[in-house]
Amino acid sequence: MLKVDNLSISYPEFYLESLSFEVDDGEYFVLFGPTGSGKTVLFELIAGLRRPMTGEIHINGRNLTRTDPAYRRVGYVPQDLALIPFKTVWQNVAFGLYSKTFRPAAENRRQETEEIARRVSEILEKLKIGHLAKRLPAHLSGGEKQRVALGRALVVRPDIMLLDEPLSALDEGTGNDLMREIKALHRQFGTTTLHICHRREEMRYLADRVAVMRDGAIVRTGYPEEV
Amino acid sequence: MAILKPNKFNRIFSFDHFAALVLVLFVGSLALLLGAVVSYLDYHSFPAIFRNPDIMFALRLSLWTASASALLAVMVAVPVGYVLSRFKFPGRFLFDAVVDIPIVLPPVVMGLCLLVFFRTAPGQAIEGAGFRFVYRQAGIVLAQFFTVTPYAIRTVKAAFDHLDPRVEMVARTLGYTPGRVFWRVSLPMIRNSIIAGGVIAWAVAIGLFGPMMILVGTTRQRTEVLATSIYLELSVGRVQTALAIALLMIAIAMGALTIFKKFGGGRFFS
Repeated sequence: MLKVDNLSISYPEFYLESLSFEVDDGEYFVLFGPTGSGKTVLFELIAGLRRPMTGEIHINGRNLTRTDPAYRRVGYVPQDLALIPFKTVWQNVAFGLYSKTFRPAAENRRQETEEIARRVSEILEKLKIGHLAKRLPAHLSGGEKQRVALGRALVVRPDIMLLDEPLSALDEGTGNDLMREIKALHRQFGTTTLHICHRREEMRYLADRVAVMRDGAIVRTGYPEEV
Repeated sequence: MAILKPNKFNRIFSFDHFAALVLVLFVGSLALLLGAVVSYLDYHSFPAIFRNPDIMFALRLSLWTASASALLAVMVAVPVGYVLSRFKFPGRFLFDAVVDIPIVLPPVVMGLCLLVFFRTAPGQAIEGAGFRFVYRQAGIVLAQFFTVTPYAIRTVKAAFDHLDPRVEMVARTLGYTPGRVFWRVSLPMIRNSIIAGGVIAWAVAIGLFGPMMILVGTTRQRTEVLATSIYLELSVGRVQTALAIALLMIAIAMGALTIFKKFGGGRFFS
Protein backbone atom coordinates (compact mmCIF):
# COMPACT_ATOMS: atom_id res chain seq x y z
CA MET A 1 0.00 0.00 0.00
CA LEU A 2 1.17 3.53 -0.78
CA LYS A 3 0.42 6.34 1.63
CA VAL A 4 1.32 9.92 0.75
CA ASP A 5 0.87 12.24 3.69
CA ASN A 6 0.91 16.06 3.53
CA LEU A 7 3.59 16.13 0.81
CA SER A 8 4.87 19.57 -0.25
CA ILE A 9 7.65 20.81 -2.47
CA SER A 10 8.30 24.25 -3.89
CA TYR A 11 10.58 25.40 -6.71
CA PRO A 12 10.39 28.68 -8.62
CA GLU A 13 8.87 26.89 -11.61
CA PHE A 14 6.49 24.49 -9.83
CA TYR A 15 5.08 23.44 -6.47
CA LEU A 16 3.05 20.74 -4.79
CA GLU A 17 0.95 21.71 -1.82
CA SER A 18 0.04 19.38 1.06
CA LEU A 19 -0.77 16.31 -1.06
CA SER A 20 -2.33 13.42 0.81
CA PHE A 21 -3.75 10.21 -0.64
CA GLU A 22 -3.62 6.44 -0.27
CA VAL A 23 -3.43 3.71 -2.87
CA ASP A 24 -4.44 0.17 -1.85
CA ASP A 25 -2.49 -2.98 -2.58
CA GLY A 26 -2.90 -4.03 -6.19
CA GLU A 27 -4.94 -0.95 -7.06
CA TYR A 28 -4.62 0.83 -10.42
CA PHE A 29 -4.60 4.52 -9.53
CA VAL A 30 -4.69 7.13 -12.29
CA LEU A 31 -3.48 10.70 -11.85
CA PHE A 32 -5.43 12.82 -14.26
CA GLY A 33 -4.91 16.49 -15.00
CA PRO A 34 -3.49 19.11 -17.33
CA THR A 35 0.20 19.57 -18.13
CA GLY A 36 2.06 21.43 -15.39
CA SER A 37 -0.19 20.31 -12.57
CA GLY A 38 2.68 18.54 -10.79
CA LYS A 39 2.00 14.88 -11.64
CA THR A 40 5.54 14.07 -12.80
CA VAL A 41 7.04 15.87 -9.79
CA LEU A 42 4.85 13.71 -7.54
CA PHE A 43 6.23 10.58 -9.26
CA GLU A 44 9.79 11.82 -8.78
CA LEU A 45 9.07 12.34 -5.08
CA ILE A 46 7.65 8.83 -4.72
CA ALA A 47 10.63 7.37 -6.59
CA GLY A 48 13.02 9.31 -4.36
CA LEU A 49 14.48 11.42 -7.15
CA ARG A 50 13.47 14.61 -5.34
CA ARG A 51 13.30 15.41 -1.64
CA PRO A 52 10.01 16.81 -0.28
CA MET A 53 10.04 19.92 1.90
CA THR A 54 7.38 18.47 4.18
CA GLY A 55 5.34 15.30 4.40
CA GLU A 56 5.97 11.56 4.32
CA ILE A 57 5.81 8.67 1.87
CA HIS A 58 5.02 5.19 3.17
CA ILE A 59 5.17 2.06 1.03
CA ASN A 60 3.89 -1.18 2.59
CA GLY A 61 4.08 0.40 6.03
CA ARG A 62 7.71 1.56 5.72
CA ASN A 63 8.48 5.28 5.89
CA LEU A 64 10.62 5.81 2.76
CA THR A 65 10.62 9.62 2.74
CA ARG A 66 14.40 9.83 3.24
CA THR A 67 15.30 6.48 1.66
CA ASP A 68 17.68 6.42 -1.30
CA PRO A 69 15.89 5.68 -4.63
CA ALA A 70 18.04 2.57 -5.04
CA TYR A 71 16.32 0.90 -2.06
CA ARG A 72 12.66 1.97 -2.50
CA ARG A 73 11.64 -0.93 -4.78
CA VAL A 74 9.73 1.44 -7.08
CA GLY A 75 9.47 0.67 -10.81
CA TYR A 76 9.53 3.93 -12.75
CA VAL A 77 8.71 4.39 -16.45
CA PRO A 78 9.31 8.06 -17.29
CA GLN A 79 7.59 9.79 -20.17
CA ASP A 80 10.72 9.76 -22.36
CA LEU A 81 11.38 6.10 -21.34
CA ALA A 82 15.11 6.72 -20.74
CA LEU A 83 16.33 3.42 -22.16
CA ILE A 84 20.09 2.92 -21.94
CA PRO A 85 21.15 3.54 -25.55
CA PHE A 86 24.26 1.33 -25.65
CA LYS A 87 22.51 -1.72 -24.16
CA THR A 88 20.36 -4.17 -26.13
CA VAL A 89 16.70 -4.79 -25.31
CA TRP A 90 17.73 -7.86 -23.27
CA GLN A 91 20.40 -5.94 -21.37
CA ASN A 92 18.05 -3.01 -20.71
CA VAL A 93 15.40 -5.31 -19.26
CA ALA A 94 17.91 -7.34 -17.23
CA PHE A 95 19.74 -4.22 -15.94
CA GLY A 96 17.89 -3.90 -12.62
CA LEU A 97 18.29 -7.60 -11.81
CA TYR A 98 22.06 -7.13 -11.48
CA SER A 99 21.66 -4.53 -8.72
CA LYS A 100 21.92 -5.39 -5.02
CA THR A 101 18.30 -4.42 -4.41
CA PHE A 102 16.72 -6.58 -7.08
CA ARG A 103 19.25 -9.40 -7.51
CA PRO A 104 17.31 -12.72 -7.42
CA ALA A 105 17.96 -14.92 -4.41
CA ALA A 106 20.12 -17.86 -5.47
CA GLU A 107 22.63 -20.27 -3.96
CA ASN A 108 25.39 -19.54 -6.45
CA ARG A 109 26.31 -17.35 -9.41
CA ARG A 110 25.15 -19.89 -11.97
CA GLN A 111 21.71 -20.20 -10.45
CA GLU A 112 21.46 -16.44 -10.27
CA THR A 113 22.35 -16.06 -13.96
CA GLU A 114 19.81 -18.74 -14.90
CA GLU A 115 17.10 -17.07 -12.84
CA ILE A 116 17.83 -13.67 -14.42
CA ALA A 117 17.70 -15.24 -17.90
CA ARG A 118 14.41 -16.98 -17.07
CA ARG A 119 12.76 -13.83 -15.73
CA VAL A 120 13.94 -11.65 -18.62
CA SER A 121 12.80 -14.22 -21.22
CA GLU A 122 9.43 -14.51 -19.48
CA ILE A 123 8.79 -10.76 -19.45
CA LEU A 124 9.99 -10.31 -23.05
CA GLU A 125 7.57 -13.01 -24.19
CA LYS A 126 4.69 -11.51 -22.19
CA LEU A 127 5.34 -8.13 -23.79
CA LYS A 128 5.77 -9.74 -27.24
CA ILE A 129 9.27 -8.36 -27.75
CA GLY A 130 11.26 -11.59 -27.44
CA HIS A 131 12.31 -11.34 -31.09
CA LEU A 132 13.84 -7.88 -30.41
CA ALA A 133 16.14 -9.05 -27.60
CA LYS A 134 19.37 -8.30 -29.43
CA ARG A 135 18.36 -4.92 -30.85
CA LEU A 136 19.52 -1.56 -29.56
CA PRO A 137 16.84 1.00 -28.54
CA ALA A 138 17.73 3.21 -31.53
CA HIS A 139 16.37 0.49 -33.83
CA LEU A 140 12.96 0.16 -32.15
CA SER A 141 9.60 1.79 -32.86
CA GLY A 142 7.88 3.95 -30.25
CA GLY A 143 5.59 1.10 -29.15
CA GLU A 144 8.48 -1.35 -28.90
CA LYS A 145 10.52 1.09 -26.80
CA GLN A 146 7.52 1.54 -24.53
CA ARG A 147 7.29 -2.23 -24.03
CA VAL A 148 11.01 -2.45 -23.20
CA ALA A 149 10.65 0.31 -20.59
CA LEU A 150 7.64 -1.49 -19.10
CA GLY A 151 9.52 -4.79 -19.06
CA ARG A 152 12.53 -3.20 -17.38
CA ALA A 153 10.35 -1.85 -14.57
CA LEU A 154 8.20 -5.00 -14.21
CA VAL A 155 10.96 -7.61 -14.25
CA VAL A 156 12.35 -6.47 -10.89
CA ARG A 157 8.92 -7.08 -9.29
CA PRO A 158 8.66 -3.67 -7.62
CA ASP A 159 6.28 -2.85 -4.78
CA ILE A 160 4.90 0.13 -6.73
CA MET A 161 4.85 0.89 -10.47
CA LEU A 162 4.90 4.49 -11.70
CA LEU A 163 3.88 4.96 -15.35
CA ASP A 164 4.27 8.53 -16.61
CA GLU A 165 2.06 8.95 -19.69
CA PRO A 166 3.13 5.63 -21.21
CA LEU A 167 0.75 5.94 -24.16
CA SER A 168 0.97 9.63 -25.01
CA ALA A 169 3.68 9.35 -27.68
CA LEU A 170 2.00 6.47 -29.52
CA ASP A 171 -0.49 6.54 -32.40
CA GLU A 172 -4.06 5.62 -31.46
CA GLY A 173 -3.92 1.99 -32.65
CA THR A 174 -0.61 1.18 -30.96
CA GLY A 175 -1.68 3.09 -27.86
CA ASN A 176 -4.93 1.10 -27.58
CA ASP A 177 -3.10 -2.21 -28.02
CA LEU A 178 -0.59 -1.31 -25.31
CA MET A 179 -3.36 -0.04 -23.05
CA ARG A 180 -5.02 -3.48 -23.17
CA GLU A 181 -1.69 -5.16 -22.51
CA ILE A 182 -0.97 -2.92 -19.53
CA LYS A 183 -4.36 -3.85 -18.10
CA ALA A 184 -3.67 -7.56 -18.66
CA LEU A 185 -0.21 -7.28 -17.08
CA HIS A 186 -1.68 -5.50 -14.08
CA ARG A 187 -4.23 -8.28 -13.61
CA GLN A 188 -1.50 -10.88 -13.89
CA PHE A 189 1.16 -9.30 -11.64
CA GLY A 190 -1.18 -7.37 -9.32
CA THR A 191 1.43 -4.66 -8.78
CA THR A 192 0.12 -1.47 -7.19
CA THR A 193 0.28 0.99 -10.08
CA LEU A 194 0.12 4.77 -10.44
CA HIS A 195 -0.45 6.01 -13.97
CA ILE A 196 -0.39 9.57 -15.31
CA CYS A 197 -2.63 10.28 -18.29
CA HIS A 198 -4.48 13.02 -20.15
CA ARG A 199 -7.00 10.95 -22.13
CA ARG A 200 -10.38 10.25 -20.59
CA GLU A 201 -10.87 6.88 -22.36
CA GLU A 202 -7.46 5.72 -21.12
CA MET A 203 -8.34 6.76 -17.58
CA ARG A 204 -11.77 5.05 -17.73
CA TYR A 205 -10.38 1.82 -19.16
CA LEU A 206 -7.46 1.42 -16.76
CA ALA A 207 -8.32 3.10 -13.48
CA ASP A 208 -9.68 1.51 -10.34
CA ARG A 209 -9.60 4.99 -8.83
CA VAL A 210 -8.68 8.43 -10.11
CA ALA A 211 -7.15 11.57 -8.61
CA VAL A 212 -7.59 14.81 -10.52
CA MET A 213 -4.65 17.19 -10.11
CA ARG A 214 -4.57 20.90 -10.85
CA ASP A 215 -1.99 23.56 -9.91
CA GLY A 216 0.00 21.31 -7.61
CA ALA A 217 -2.95 19.98 -5.65
CA ILE A 218 -5.38 17.04 -5.79
CA VAL A 219 -8.75 18.61 -6.40
CA ARG A 220 -10.78 15.43 -6.49
CA THR A 221 -10.50 11.66 -6.04
CA GLY A 222 -13.03 9.01 -6.90
CA TYR A 223 -13.99 6.15 -9.18
CA PRO A 224 -13.56 6.75 -12.92
CA GLU A 225 -17.28 7.04 -13.59
CA GLU A 226 -17.61 9.72 -10.91
CA VAL A 227 -14.78 11.96 -12.13
CA MET B 1 -1.62 41.83 -48.57
CA ALA B 2 1.67 42.53 -50.31
CA ILE B 3 3.90 39.52 -50.72
CA LEU B 4 7.57 40.23 -50.13
CA LYS B 5 9.64 38.89 -52.97
CA PRO B 6 13.42 38.67 -52.91
CA ASN B 7 15.01 41.18 -55.27
CA LYS B 8 17.06 40.05 -58.23
CA PHE B 9 20.41 40.34 -56.38
CA ASN B 10 19.11 38.25 -53.46
CA ARG B 11 17.79 35.59 -55.81
CA ILE B 12 21.20 35.25 -57.48
CA PHE B 13 23.42 35.77 -54.43
CA SER B 14 21.76 34.76 -51.18
CA PHE B 15 23.40 34.57 -47.75
CA ASP B 16 23.76 30.82 -48.30
CA HIS B 17 25.91 31.50 -51.36
CA PHE B 18 27.96 34.05 -49.40
CA ALA B 19 28.54 31.60 -46.53
CA ALA B 20 29.55 28.86 -48.97
CA LEU B 21 31.96 31.27 -50.68
CA VAL B 22 33.63 32.15 -47.36
CA LEU B 23 33.97 28.45 -46.58
CA VAL B 24 35.58 27.73 -49.94
CA LEU B 25 37.95 30.72 -49.59
CA PHE B 26 39.05 29.71 -46.08
CA VAL B 27 39.52 26.03 -46.88
CA GLY B 28 41.26 27.04 -50.11
CA SER B 29 43.69 29.27 -48.19
CA LEU B 30 44.52 26.45 -45.79
CA ALA B 31 44.98 24.04 -48.68
CA LEU B 32 47.33 26.55 -50.36
CA LEU B 33 49.42 26.82 -47.18
CA LEU B 34 49.68 23.05 -46.79
CA GLY B 35 50.25 22.70 -50.52
CA ALA B 36 53.16 25.13 -50.29
CA VAL B 37 54.94 22.76 -47.89
CA VAL B 38 54.34 19.81 -50.20
CA SER B 39 55.37 21.67 -53.37
CA TYR B 40 58.54 23.08 -51.81
CA LEU B 41 59.62 19.69 -50.46
CA ASP B 42 62.36 17.71 -52.15
CA TYR B 43 60.80 14.26 -52.05
CA HIS B 44 64.08 12.54 -51.22
CA SER B 45 64.09 14.44 -47.92
CA PHE B 46 60.92 12.81 -46.62
CA PRO B 47 62.12 9.18 -46.51
CA ALA B 48 65.51 10.46 -45.30
CA ILE B 49 64.06 11.66 -41.99
CA PHE B 50 63.14 8.05 -41.16
CA ARG B 51 66.84 7.15 -41.41
CA ASN B 52 67.95 10.06 -39.23
CA PRO B 53 68.46 8.79 -35.63
CA ASP B 54 67.96 12.26 -34.13
CA ILE B 55 64.61 12.74 -35.88
CA MET B 56 63.53 9.20 -35.03
CA PHE B 57 64.39 9.88 -31.38
CA ALA B 58 62.30 13.08 -31.53
CA LEU B 59 59.42 11.15 -33.14
CA ARG B 60 59.48 8.45 -30.45
CA LEU B 61 59.75 11.05 -27.69
CA SER B 62 56.88 13.06 -29.19
CA LEU B 63 54.67 9.97 -29.44
CA TRP B 64 55.19 8.72 -25.91
CA THR B 65 55.07 12.12 -24.19
CA ALA B 66 51.91 13.13 -26.10
CA SER B 67 50.33 9.77 -25.27
CA ALA B 68 51.22 10.09 -21.57
CA SER B 69 49.95 13.66 -21.31
CA ALA B 70 46.73 12.81 -23.22
CA LEU B 71 46.10 9.88 -20.87
CA LEU B 72 46.66 12.10 -17.82
CA ALA B 73 44.47 14.81 -19.40
CA VAL B 74 41.57 12.36 -19.82
CA MET B 75 41.97 11.09 -16.25
CA VAL B 76 41.59 14.67 -15.03
CA ALA B 77 38.97 15.68 -17.62
CA VAL B 78 36.38 13.05 -16.61
CA PRO B 79 35.91 14.11 -12.95
CA VAL B 80 36.41 17.84 -13.71
CA GLY B 81 33.99 17.77 -16.67
CA TYR B 82 31.46 15.86 -14.54
CA VAL B 83 31.61 18.36 -11.65
CA LEU B 84 31.43 21.42 -13.93
CA SER B 85 28.50 19.95 -15.86
CA ARG B 86 26.43 18.50 -13.02
CA PHE B 87 26.88 20.61 -9.90
CA LYS B 88 25.97 24.16 -9.05
CA PHE B 89 28.28 25.56 -6.38
CA PRO B 90 29.59 28.98 -5.38
CA GLY B 91 32.34 30.10 -7.74
CA ARG B 92 31.47 27.53 -10.40
CA PHE B 93 31.79 30.08 -13.19
CA LEU B 94 35.18 31.12 -11.85
CA PHE B 95 36.38 27.49 -11.85
CA ASP B 96 34.96 27.07 -15.36
CA ALA B 97 36.82 30.16 -16.58
CA VAL B 98 40.13 29.23 -14.90
CA VAL B 99 40.02 25.77 -16.47
CA ASP B 100 39.94 27.45 -19.90
CA ILE B 101 42.90 29.77 -19.27
CA PRO B 102 45.48 27.50 -20.93
CA ILE B 103 43.35 27.53 -24.12
CA VAL B 104 43.57 31.31 -24.46
CA LEU B 105 47.04 31.71 -22.93
CA PRO B 106 50.01 31.68 -25.36
CA PRO B 107 51.60 28.24 -24.74
CA VAL B 108 54.99 29.88 -24.21
CA VAL B 109 53.56 31.69 -21.17
CA MET B 110 52.52 28.33 -19.72
CA GLY B 111 56.12 27.17 -20.11
CA LEU B 112 57.36 30.31 -18.40
CA CYS B 113 54.87 29.83 -15.52
CA LEU B 114 56.12 26.29 -15.01
CA LEU B 115 59.78 27.33 -15.15
CA VAL B 116 59.23 30.09 -12.61
CA PHE B 117 57.19 27.73 -10.41
CA PHE B 118 60.14 25.36 -10.14
CA ARG B 119 62.25 28.25 -8.90
CA THR B 120 59.83 28.91 -6.01
CA ALA B 121 59.88 27.08 -2.67
CA PRO B 122 57.07 24.57 -3.49
CA GLY B 123 58.64 23.86 -6.88
CA GLN B 124 62.08 23.38 -5.33
CA ALA B 125 60.53 21.05 -2.75
CA ILE B 126 58.99 18.94 -5.53
CA GLU B 127 62.30 18.74 -7.39
CA GLY B 128 64.11 18.11 -4.09
CA ALA B 129 61.80 15.12 -3.47
CA GLY B 130 63.13 13.56 -6.67
CA PHE B 131 60.37 14.64 -9.10
CA ARG B 132 62.55 16.54 -11.55
CA PHE B 133 60.96 18.31 -14.51
CA VAL B 134 63.16 21.21 -15.62
CA TYR B 135 65.29 20.18 -18.63
CA ARG B 136 63.94 16.62 -18.25
CA GLN B 137 61.65 14.50 -20.41
CA ALA B 138 59.12 14.47 -17.56
CA GLY B 139 58.95 18.25 -18.02
CA ILE B 140 57.70 17.73 -21.58
CA VAL B 141 54.79 15.66 -20.26
CA LEU B 142 54.08 18.25 -17.56
CA ALA B 143 54.06 21.19 -20.00
CA GLN B 144 51.87 19.26 -22.45
CA PHE B 145 49.53 18.15 -19.67
CA PHE B 146 48.79 21.66 -18.42
CA THR B 147 48.34 23.00 -21.94
CA VAL B 148 46.12 20.26 -23.38
CA THR B 149 43.95 19.18 -20.44
CA PRO B 150 41.42 22.03 -20.96
CA TYR B 151 40.69 20.69 -24.46
CA ALA B 152 39.85 17.27 -23.00
CA ILE B 153 37.79 18.88 -20.23
CA ARG B 154 35.74 20.90 -22.75
CA THR B 155 34.98 17.76 -24.80
CA VAL B 156 34.01 15.66 -21.79
CA LYS B 157 31.97 18.44 -20.16
CA ALA B 158 30.02 18.97 -23.39
CA ALA B 159 29.23 15.24 -23.42
CA PHE B 160 27.99 15.32 -19.82
CA ASP B 161 25.89 18.42 -20.67
CA HIS B 162 24.17 16.45 -23.46
CA LEU B 163 23.62 13.30 -21.40
CA ASP B 164 19.96 12.64 -20.59
CA PRO B 165 19.80 12.73 -16.76
CA ARG B 166 16.60 10.64 -16.86
CA VAL B 167 18.59 7.57 -17.89
CA GLU B 168 20.68 7.96 -14.73
CA MET B 169 17.56 8.65 -12.64
CA VAL B 170 15.86 5.46 -13.82
CA ALA B 171 19.05 3.50 -13.15
CA ARG B 172 18.92 4.82 -9.57
CA THR B 173 15.37 3.45 -9.13
CA LEU B 174 16.60 0.09 -10.47
CA GLY B 175 18.77 -0.36 -7.40
CA TYR B 176 22.02 1.37 -8.36
CA THR B 177 23.94 3.81 -6.15
CA PRO B 178 25.20 7.08 -7.73
CA GLY B 179 28.71 5.64 -8.01
CA ARG B 180 27.56 2.51 -9.80
CA VAL B 181 25.31 4.58 -12.11
CA PHE B 182 28.36 6.68 -13.03
CA TRP B 183 30.51 3.66 -13.90
CA ARG B 184 27.81 1.49 -15.51
CA VAL B 185 25.66 4.09 -17.30
CA SER B 186 27.10 7.61 -17.50
CA LEU B 187 30.70 6.77 -18.37
CA PRO B 188 29.88 4.22 -21.12
CA MET B 189 27.38 6.70 -22.59
CA ILE B 190 30.09 9.33 -23.10
CA ARG B 191 32.82 6.84 -24.07
CA ASN B 192 33.20 8.29 -27.57
CA SER B 193 33.57 11.82 -26.22
CA ILE B 194 36.26 10.65 -23.79
CA ILE B 195 38.15 9.11 -26.70
CA ALA B 196 37.63 12.30 -28.74
CA GLY B 197 38.91 14.40 -25.82
CA GLY B 198 41.99 12.20 -25.54
CA VAL B 199 42.65 12.41 -29.28
CA ILE B 200 42.38 16.21 -29.44
CA ALA B 201 44.60 16.51 -26.35
CA TRP B 202 47.14 14.17 -27.99
CA ALA B 203 47.06 16.11 -31.26
CA VAL B 204 47.59 19.47 -29.53
CA ALA B 205 50.33 17.98 -27.31
CA ILE B 206 52.35 16.57 -30.19
CA GLY B 207 52.50 19.98 -31.88
CA LEU B 208 53.48 22.04 -28.81
CA PHE B 209 56.64 24.07 -29.14
CA GLY B 210 56.76 27.14 -26.87
CA PRO B 211 56.46 25.59 -23.40
CA MET B 212 58.98 22.89 -24.32
CA MET B 213 61.58 25.43 -25.38
CA ILE B 214 61.18 27.30 -22.08
CA LEU B 215 60.90 24.42 -19.61
CA VAL B 216 63.08 21.66 -21.06
CA GLY B 217 64.97 23.32 -23.91
CA THR B 218 65.84 21.24 -26.97
CA THR B 219 68.80 18.93 -26.62
CA ARG B 220 69.44 16.30 -29.27
CA GLN B 221 68.71 12.75 -28.12
CA ARG B 222 67.45 14.05 -24.77
CA THR B 223 64.57 16.55 -24.90
CA GLU B 224 64.04 17.08 -28.63
CA VAL B 225 60.49 16.56 -29.88
CA LEU B 226 59.21 16.92 -33.47
CA ALA B 227 58.11 20.54 -33.05
CA THR B 228 61.51 21.55 -31.69
CA SER B 229 63.21 19.44 -34.39
CA ILE B 230 61.78 21.79 -37.02
CA TYR B 231 63.28 24.74 -35.16
CA LEU B 232 66.67 23.03 -34.80
CA GLU B 233 66.80 21.99 -38.46
CA LEU B 234 65.86 25.48 -39.64
CA SER B 235 68.44 27.08 -37.35
CA VAL B 236 71.22 25.09 -39.04
CA GLY B 237 69.85 25.78 -42.54
CA ARG B 238 68.42 22.30 -43.29
CA VAL B 239 65.16 23.62 -44.70
CA GLN B 240 64.27 20.41 -46.56
CA THR B 241 64.56 18.29 -43.41
CA ALA B 242 62.44 20.83 -41.53
CA LEU B 243 59.81 20.65 -44.29
CA ALA B 244 59.82 16.85 -44.24
CA ILE B 245 59.22 16.88 -40.47
CA ALA B 246 56.44 19.44 -41.01
CA LEU B 247 54.80 17.13 -43.56
CA LEU B 248 55.01 14.26 -41.07
CA MET B 249 53.35 16.42 -38.41
CA ILE B 250 50.61 17.49 -40.84
CA ALA B 251 49.88 13.82 -41.55
CA ILE B 252 49.79 13.01 -37.82
CA ALA B 253 47.48 15.99 -37.13
CA MET B 254 45.08 15.06 -39.94
CA GLY B 255 44.93 11.46 -38.74
CA ALA B 256 44.20 12.62 -35.19
CA LEU B 257 41.51 15.04 -36.40
CA THR B 258 39.81 12.30 -38.40
CA ILE B 259 39.66 10.08 -35.30
CA PHE B 260 38.49 13.06 -33.20
CA LYS B 261 35.56 13.73 -35.53
CA LYS B 262 34.70 10.05 -35.83
CA PHE B 263 34.28 9.82 -32.06
CA GLY B 264 31.90 12.76 -31.80
CA GLY B 265 34.33 15.61 -31.29
CA GLY B 266 31.83 17.86 -33.04
CA ARG B 267 30.30 18.61 -29.64
CA PHE B 268 33.50 20.29 -28.50
CA PHE B 269 32.32 23.76 -29.33
CA SER B 270 28.67 23.32 -28.29
